[in-house]
Amino acid sequence: MSYCKQEGKDQIIFVTKEDHEAPSNAELVEDDPNDPYEDHGLILPNGDINWNCPCLGGMASGPCGQQFKDAFSCFHNSKEEVKGSECIDFFRGMQECMQKYPELYPQEDDNESAPSGEAEAEAVLPADSTSSDSVSASVPTSEEVASGTESPATS
Amino acid sequence: MADLPTTTTYLETSQQDDTGVPSPTINTRGRFLLRHERTPQFVQPAHMSSGPSGGGGENTLYFVLVGATCLAGGAYAYSTLVGDRERYQQRITEIESRSSKPAAEPSTPAKTQPETAAQAVSEPTEASEPASAAASTAVEPTHAPYLLIGGGTASFAAARSIRARDPGARVLIVTEEDDLPYMRPPLSKELWFSDDPTVTETLRFKQWNGKERSIYFQPSSFYVSPTELESVENGGVAVLTGRKVMHMDVRGNKVKLSDGTEISYDKCLIATGGIPRNLQVIERAGDEVMKRTTLFRKIEDFKALEKVSRELKSITIIGGGFLGSELACALGRRSADLGLEVVQMFPEKGNMGKVLPEYLSNWTTDKVKKEGVKVLTEAVVKNVTYKEGKVEIKLKDGRVVKTDHVVAAVGLEPSVELAKSAGLEIDSDFGGFRVNAELQARSNIWVAGDAACFYDIKLGRRRVEHHDHAVVSGRLAGENMTGARKPYWHQSMFWSDLGPDVGYEAIGIVDSSLPTVGVFAKATAKDTPKAATEQSGTGIRSESETEAVAGSVAVGKAAPTPPPQQKEDYGKGVIFYLRDKVVVGIVLWNVFNRMPIARKIIKDGEEHADLNEVAKLFNIHEE
Repeated sequence: MSYCKQEGKDQIIFVTKEDHEAPSNAELVEDDPNDPYEDHGLILPNGDINWNCPCLGGMASGPCGQQFKDAFSCFHNSKEEVKGSECIDFFRGMQECMQKYPELYPQEDDNESAPSGEAEAEAVLPADSTSSDSVSASVPTSEEVASGTESPATS
Repeated sequence: MADLPTTTTYLETSQQDDTGVPSPTINTRGRFLLRHERTPQFVQPAHMSSGPSGGGGENTLYFVLVGATCLAGGAYAYSTLVGDRERYQQRITEIESRSSKPAAEPSTPAKTQPETAAQAVSEPTEASEPASAAASTAVEPTHAPYLLIGGGTASFAAARSIRARDPGARVLIVTEEDDLPYMRPPLSKELWFSDDPTVTETLRFKQWNGKERSIYFQPSSFYVSPTELESVENGGVAVLTGRKVMHMDVRGNKVKLSDGTEISYDKCLIATGGIPRNLQVIERAGDEVMKRTTLFRKIEDFKALEKVSRELKSITIIGGGFLGSELACALGRRSADLGLEVVQMFPEKGNMGKVLPEYLSNWTTDKVKKEGVKVLTEAVVKNVTYKEGKVEIKLKDGRVVKTDHVVAAVGLEPSVELAKSAGLEIDSDFGGFRVNAELQARSNIWVAGDAACFYDIKLGRRRVEHHDHAVVSGRLAGENMTGARKPYWHQSMFWSDLGPDVGYEAIGIVDSSLPTVGVFAKATAKDTPKAATEQSGTGIRSESETEAVAGSVAVGKAAPTPPPQQKEDYGKGVIFYLRDKVVVGIVLWNVFNRMPIARKIIKDGEEHADLNEVAKLFNIHEE
């Protein structure tokens, strides 16, 4: 049973689980999906990629940022059956760049993330990498992004 | 420059004396100063402040002016000469040490050293930056399309934002610190919980989810060398460490650094943060006390305090806000192992007294005490002296504390020195540079982070000193510097952990003087900060807000909770802060991963008749 008390200007309410079971009747204002002020996820309303999305971490801003943008744009716009299959050159370019900065882009085989020094989301390469130096991570393909650096999303 | 204020004071008070304002209290100090300055031969007794300015008053003023100017001039000349000698020595030692270090880039010979040493103002530059080896501008950039003043969180967030949005952007960060950009929250939290004895060197911390990371946002390989900035193919971010921007020429779009270098810019961000405030009683207490006082803000302060905690027997923290309480808890946890006494004192009635409503502040204070801290509430420091090897703190109510070391955590003074040369407005209510809703001070100057007093469309003009705000405002400034023209809209959050069992996240205006409504359930073992970060997989709480997509809500699975008992245990809940019946602030007390809902409620800015109904949206009983 919930109860309520007042300490000066501060009101305190204790509630049980049952008290909160009934759905809330509080009214929230409907969000405008095209609100120009709002932060957007990975994909902007006009379909472009939001390079400034926190979910990308520093990928688009680091030394290999341009290569990353090229590769990921190609992948994003790809209409091939195997998405991104025509983007191999871009991904190779990105990989080459990343190999020059092992501290920033650790060369790990498994899908574990978290390079020491970064706690960013990373990008999963399509299954074309033959080298053992593939950089793996998860590409957020939907609005629901696992924060931080966890399990890869399927592409 | 310590003499200038005194001179001004002289001038001000003596001006007050002549304006005919007969107020004893205002002019008492003025009269004292005048009396010590010289014998008032020409003063007509008892009419000085209100008499017509005749021969007597004017002459006295003239003598005071001349005397003060001579004093000031003499002192300045002396300090310059002494300073010059010191700086020259520093330069020479630095050059010698540098020649033995391998440089990544060939550095130009130090031909300009004798010249710069002779200048009135010069500072030794960081040896690890090969570009800055010589102060010669032939090596370093003289122009930066994007110039970021300050190398903290806001600046780094802006750099990242600019690089993401402007392909090939060349961004130059100028910082007076010797370190590359790093995050501050672990300095008073996670770094203290580390088991690694080399933590003061590595500055790495293990997050609750087991993952380790450095406090530096990026390792040095992320940045390009300043010498390469203008030429590198795809642009990049370069950091000039150990330099302070001393002068800003807004008309000419250029700045002057402490070593005399001039850099012009197209767009500039001021993210100078602030410096810790000190108590006047400590400043006046003399060198022996100042030597044993830490003003905590930077990496070097963390290292120094860590050393102190191992070597000394008693530390006293003055201040009961975020920093003071976090440090107290961090040190308190070590107190048993180290045989260290940890005392915390502050004028409020409880920890976080200016943030949390009284009942919660009291509850928090009990928790802090359980962490091993001796908490003295309603403690106002009267004076501090060094006596018999101990720092003695006397409180106004008579209590005395004898300690080995003092940490002053009494607030932050925003760094607005550039406002003068730049002709920028300073806010008189909140301090900091006054900027508009888009963080602009001028058409090509933005300000972000602790130093920015900005207009928040929803909550009004404010200045926020939190990490997430630095990230959010830095990012926004970077966006606007690349043409976005967006106002501050995404509300930043903040968080604090007081030990592993008590943590909260908050958003908006969280001021204990506002009326509040708190809705609580009883906490289970699962409702702790530790559990929260384990579940969401994040290490530093802010990441779950800024690194995730806005709008995603991670609501966990329901877990059986025992029904709360009738006693007052504020285990977990939601507290709403109201201004004119609208929710302007929310504290999520031991309830995590609900920030998007809280943000939505503040954004709506609606009057809700029943806040219990609003509280239901948070599912506080669930995981």
